[in-house]
Amino acid sequence: MATATAPTPGTAPGRGTTVPPTRAPRPTVASPRRRASDVIVTAVLVVIAVLFAVPLLWLVLAALDPGATLQLSLPDDPGADNFAAVLTYATTVRPLLNSLVLCLSAAVITVLVATLAAYPLSRYQLRYGRPFLYTILFATGLPLTAVMVPVYSLFARLDLVDTRYGTILFMAATSLPIAVWLLKSFMDGVPVELEEAAWTDGASAMQSLRGIVAPLMLPGMLVVGIFTFITAWGNFFVPFVLLLTEEKLPAAVTIYQFFGQYGAAAYGQLAAYSLLYTLPVVVLYVVVSRWLGGAFTLGGGVKG
Amino acid sequence: MSVLETRGGSAPAPAPQAAPERPPRRRPASRWLVPMAPAVVLLAVFFAGPVVWSVLLSFTDASLTGSAAAQTSFVGLDNFVALAQDPAVWNAVVLTVVFVVGSAVVGQNGLGLSLALMLRGRGTLVRSLVTLPVMAAYVVPEIVAAFVWYAFLNPEGTLNTALGGLGLPGQSWLFTVPILAVVLANIWRGTAFSMLIYLAALSQVPADVDEQAQIDGASGWARLRFVTIPMIRRAIGTNLVLVTLQTLQVFTLIFVMTAGGPGDKSETLPLLMYEQAFQYAALGYGTAIALVLLAVGAVFSLGYIRAIGKEEI
Repeated sequence: MATATAPTPGTAPGRGTTVPPTRAPRPTVASPRRRASDVIVTAVLVVIAVLFAVPLLWLVLAALDPGATLQLSLPDDPGADNFAAVLTYATTVRPLLNSLVLCLSAAVITVLVATLAAYPLSRYQLRYGRPFLYTILFATGLPLTAVMVPVYSLFARLDLVDTRYGTILFMAATSLPIAVWLLKSFMDGVPVELEEAAWTDGASAMQSLRGIVAPLMLPGMLVVGIFTFITAWGNFFVPFVLLLTEEKLPAAVTIYQFFGQYGAAAYGQLAAYSLLYTLPVVVLYVVVSRWLGGAFTLGGGVKG
Repeated sequence: MSVLETRGGSAPAPAPQAAPERPPRRRPASRWLVPMAPAVVLLAVFFAGPVVWSVLLSFTDASLTGSAAAQTSFVGLDNFVALAQDPAVWNAVVLTVVFVVGSAVVGQNGLGLSLALMLRGRGTLVRSLVTLPVMAAYVVPEIVAAFVWYAFLNPEGTLNTALGGLGLPGQSWLFTVPILAVVLANIWRGTAFSMLIYLAALSQVPADVDEQAQIDGASGWARLRFVTIPMIRRAIGTNLVLVTLQTLQVFTLIFVMTAGGPGDKSETLPLLMYEQAFQYAALGYGTAIALVLLAVGAVFSLGYIRAIGKEEI
């Protein structure tokens, strides 16, 4: 933190810094003192970046190394052997397909249900709209882990344990609060005047939602859907508690079983499995961030 | 009808005749009830239901197996009395506080703020060089982060090798200092969130205020302390509440790395809850622990609403 402090003009340059002010050939407006502290800050940043990168680097290198150990090392004989070993139907393909079914269903249900609910919250002055939104916001903060014990006993009572649809509905329900919240604020950005024309032509609220509002907020709906998908994809605890049968387990749970069975020996295969499981999430993140251009400028985009 | 009011008109005024009214003048309750019904039902059954249910369940001796499983009876405050007298619970409370303060309040929040401050005014190259690995750690699924840190901190892992290279002694981190191990892993995993919040907050701070303070002769520390920090005070509050809420419920990371062990040295409240409810089949007791967690989370969640809710609704 100390390195983050910028220099004070007027004091002697170089005082208190260990790195002498290097004179770069490139002309600069900054004082030498300022450049010296810049060097230190940059050095600290690079060290932090390396510390963050090293654990992940092991994952990538071990996956490509048939003789991987727990240490970070360059593979002597890099190859895709680890991937070939884990790419069987029962080990990775079926769990990944299960994940896809669970997460895609949860994301679609969440977006549809949340968009419907957001419409009256955004368009009508509901007497209970404000308390409802406060409750929703409150629910987004509740620790989901704590709900799992009562959810399990509820599922046991309703005979929903080990059912895909039960798990999907629960996952959709837990992502609903934040989805309603986000979609409501996106919808506030769609001018109501656009709909008034449709209303005068006799369109119902649902027709104008489908024909006018939804197309305009499609980007927002997609973003909410993708984030629901990513959250569900990474969720281990929910399917770990609610699903039991091997054939229904998503990759989040089977990769844990793989770790328990082979994790102490087949490090390379565990790393390869981890990469296969991580890849879809990384792709979605990159797509969303490219698409949004780094900032969440959706409201303005819709308005314009 | 009484539930609905037209946009803009707050008083339930008698229907005005003159003003050209918007077409959906008469709004039966079904207009909002129907589109909101699926969300309300899903939330009631799968979210509110279990929470209310857990409050009820925590007053019973419900169990997954044994005689109490067949016939559940009301036991009053027994679970909570047992809870308060259980050294395992106090151990878990202490460890949870250590985990939350160490990894969220100090670790993620402090490192995220430091990174955002240091990244101000850096070139694109340095910015992407830093944000890429930090973001990558955040994007990776929690269980993969746990594997990665299991490998990193293993006796034969990268950390010990690196320490050996520096002539320092290594150790079995996951065994000797398990809570430190999971704190470090959680800092690694979550710092990106705080960093993004602070990068956004700092980008809103007008540069001329800082420059004016600089012209007035304020030192770097003074400007940070009296200019920058006060201007992002709200972001700091919001971020602290959010990272606390996220960290309070961390289960997977600890479960995979140490499983709460060795013994109970890293058994935070979520881990203890899981152990009691699903491994010892004491559903009522596990639920009581869950309620404690829920109550702490609810307090922070209320703080969160106070922090951001007022202006956004």
